[in-house]
Amino acid sequence: MLSCREATELMSQEQDRPLGLAERLGLRLHMLICSACSNYRRQMRVLRAACRRFGGGDTP
Amino acid sequence: MDLDRQSELNALRPDLLRFARLQLRDAGAAEDAVQETMLAALTGSHRFESRSSYKTWLISILRNKIIDTIRSRSREVSASSLADDEAGDDLLNDTLFDRRGHWTDAAAPGRWADPEASFEQQQFWKVFEACLDHLPAKTARVFMMREFLGFETEEICKEAGISTSNCWVVLHRARLGLRSCLETNWFAGAET
Repeated sequence: MLSCREATELMSQEQDRPLGLAERLGLRLHMLICSACSNYRRQMRVLRAACRRFGGGDTP
Repeated sequence: MDLDRQSELNALRPDLLRFARLQLRDAGAAEDAVQETMLAALTGSHRFESRSSYKTWLISILRNKIIDTIRSRSREVSASSLADDEAGDDLLNDTLFDRRGHWTDAAAPGRWADPEASFEQQQFWKVFEACLDHLPAKTARVFMMREFLGFETEEICKEAGISTSNCWVVLHRARLGLRSCLETNWFAGAET
């Protein structure tokens, strides 16, 4: 079973490279039992969306 | 019209400069990039419907200038200088995770209420910028190359002279730090 520390590493890397099958499965299992990491994963997408807007000059 | 264009440009100058400084972390280089952007903007003859579309266009020119600057620096973010950031990395990991690698109670990510609504608030972007600025300099630079300038990790490795796996570690470190900072300084306070 992945630890949260390992899971966060994979959640970062999935922003930069396609994960392998074993990595994806490990992550999915971890998500089932860990709400903190589920939040973290959603927040990675929020970070990317925020960076898109900021980097594009599209901020109020 | 030209006069308006000029005054709009002057009004947006501080925004451009902040954007460039954040990424280049070098006041002189940032100043140069903005200067070149303004020159390019004045000779362009595009028409814009709003100030925000004008700003978006300016930022896209500036982004290219920043990319040029980064490419012309040779191995600006050297592997040895990234090592300077690593002392902070252990500290970060120790505060966030316990010995078994689980989130500590204080650091466990909570739910973020309506991020889209936050994006509409100027104050959110001030916090966002402050959090970026708070990251270790080289870590931030690698992160911004990836997220603002759209470099692929391979290219970042090459420019920075680091290995791919090192690059992932640096990006991960940046995301951990930025996420914590945003939660502490924005989302935790925004929850009701």
